[in-house]
Amino acid sequence: MIELSNLSVHFGHAAALRDANLVIERGDRLGVVGESGSGKTLLALCLMGMAPDSARLTGQLSIDGQDMARAAERDWQRLRSRWVAMVFQEPMAALNPLRRVGDTVIEPMLLHDGLTRRAARDRALSLFEEVGIPDPDRRLRQFPHEMSGGQRQRVLIALALACNPMLLIADEPTTALDANVALRITDLLQRLAREREMALVFISHDLAAVARATEDIVVMYAGDMVERGRTAAVLGAPVHPYTKGLLGARPDVGVAGRNADGKRRRLPTIPGSVPPLQGLPEGCRFAGRCPVELPQCATQRPAFTQTEVARGAACHLLTEARHD
Amino acid sequence: MRRLPANFLLGAVLVSLVVGVAALSLIWTPHDPQTMSISTKFAPPSAEHWLGTDQLGRDVVAQLMAAARNSMTVALVAVLLGGSIGVALGLLASALGGWVEDGVMRLADLGFAFPALLFAIMLAAVFGPSLTNAVLAISFINIPIFARVTRASANQIWTRDYVAAARAAGRGRFAISRDHILPNIAAAIIVQATIEFAVAILAEAALSYLGLGAQPPASSWGRMLSEAQTLMYLAPQLAIYPGLCIVVAVLGFGLLGDGLRDITDPRLARAR
Repeated sequence: MIELSNLSVHFGHAAALRDANLVIERGDRLGVVGESGSGKTLLALCLMGMAPDSARLTGQLSIDGQDMARAAERDWQRLRSRWVAMVFQEPMAALNPLRRVGDTVIEPMLLHDGLTRRAARDRALSLFEEVGIPDPDRRLRQFPHEMSGGQRQRVLIALALACNPMLLIADEPTTALDANVALRITDLLQRLAREREMALVFISHDLAAVARATEDIVVMYAGDMVERGRTAAVLGAPVHPYTKGLLGARPDVGVAGRNADGKRRRLPTIPGSVPPLQGLPEGCRFAGRCPVELPQCATQRPAFTQTEVARGAACHLLTEARHD
Repeated sequence: MRRLPANFLLGAVLVSLVVGVAALSLIWTPHDPQTMSISTKFAPPSAEHWLGTDQLGRDVVAQLMAAARNSMTVALVAVLLGGSIGVALGLLASALGGWVEDGVMRLADLGFAFPALLFAIMLAAVFGPSLTNAVLAISFINIPIFARVTRASANQIWTRDYVAAARAAGRGRFAISRDHILPNIAAAIIVQATIEFAVAILAEAALSYLGLGAQPPASSWGRMLSEAQTLMYLAPQLAIYPGLCIVVAVLGFGLLGDGLRDITDPRLARAR
């Protein structure tokens, strides 16, 4: 349905996304994790045809058999909302403060499906019910400032679902919400994807949320897809040192957060930060921060190595192990 | 309720006064502003003529009122006409970006470089002096001003998440400009329009003073000034009255615009 093959995005000479390969079928639930600056959001924007104007796309991005990597804005407009839709990170900022939320939600229905206002309103009502907004009739007439963050995120999910998209992209949909609400939004997205047989791309820093909502996972670092596989397999037995680092850097509360002598354990971190686009290392992009560096890491880019069906990582350690 | 800023209140009072008088002149003036009466020329203030009469015996109050109406009409039409064209160009530039944006902004620079009075003189030279040409000239100078303000504010709104959300919903650039950008920059445009209203009043007075605006017998503050100029030693009050009117109108709209900006842009108000 949606296929990326060797999709790269360059800003000037720097590749912010490098050789992304991805196949998304109806009903797939894919998690994308990685630090800020790892290219997660850029990947999402590419899928929406909304990469910045200064970005240069190479490779293939096919949606429903058409190559969209270099498609015009007008062609994308036809696909958005019906094929691909997106939920944004900041529910506080993603709704026009001067418009009633109902008017925002029915916009794409009027535009793409040619519904009358009355029919669109009815659909919006049932969408509000589906995403769990109580008293939808009243809520449709409210302005964003009259709603809480969680409610607004539900409105945005309803907006994304307005034209029954094949793929819903959720770009860190829970980052701006408190933990309890975040959990419920995560479950809602997962449930909607299952019930509607819709594909879901769930982008998050929150490994627990990704584990809860998705079946497959891609780990990204500095524009590379460094590890992928079934979510349970990757998070249960990570191969790439970066994935291990991410998993190690989760805070534990309670007993798990303390050492044997009862003192609080320091939170392990991955030293350093994602290198800037202009200063990317030549070989493996994780070189320099990686705890287990081999001599070739600094100079050679590791190839993606498949270890099992639909499972693999881009790391020299994998090929090294084979030689032994 | 937050206290309204003093400049807004004073501006609102002055503007209501001028607009009220202009509106009143539509249905009532103490005398006909154009009726001459040589026998009562240069009359001092009296119950009959509150501010006296001019060199042709016309009632000064009636003339000032009719002039207020003309001045308001010219400013309104000029700001609306120039403003709408400017806002449309600014929105277009912001929505399309690239060479369209560059082109529109360089044209705006060109417009800025063109002195308004010079343009009016050119229009007058080609088409003959008239109020219509004065209105066109003032409209013309408003276009680049509004285009710039609109583009700058619109560019800010284009970066908002709700615009990205609207694009993600498949809406086109023009629909987004109309439904999402314009309502969110309306405050900045209204503030600018109020300030430009003051500028337009001043420009109309200047053009009429030079004989390029309102033609006799139509009343205009600027023309009253120029007629009174030769009589400065004989009847200085004839120059003072229209001068005061211009001051009140320009000050009023200027203060109102500043006040509106303080209200609609709290960041600026706090910085003061």
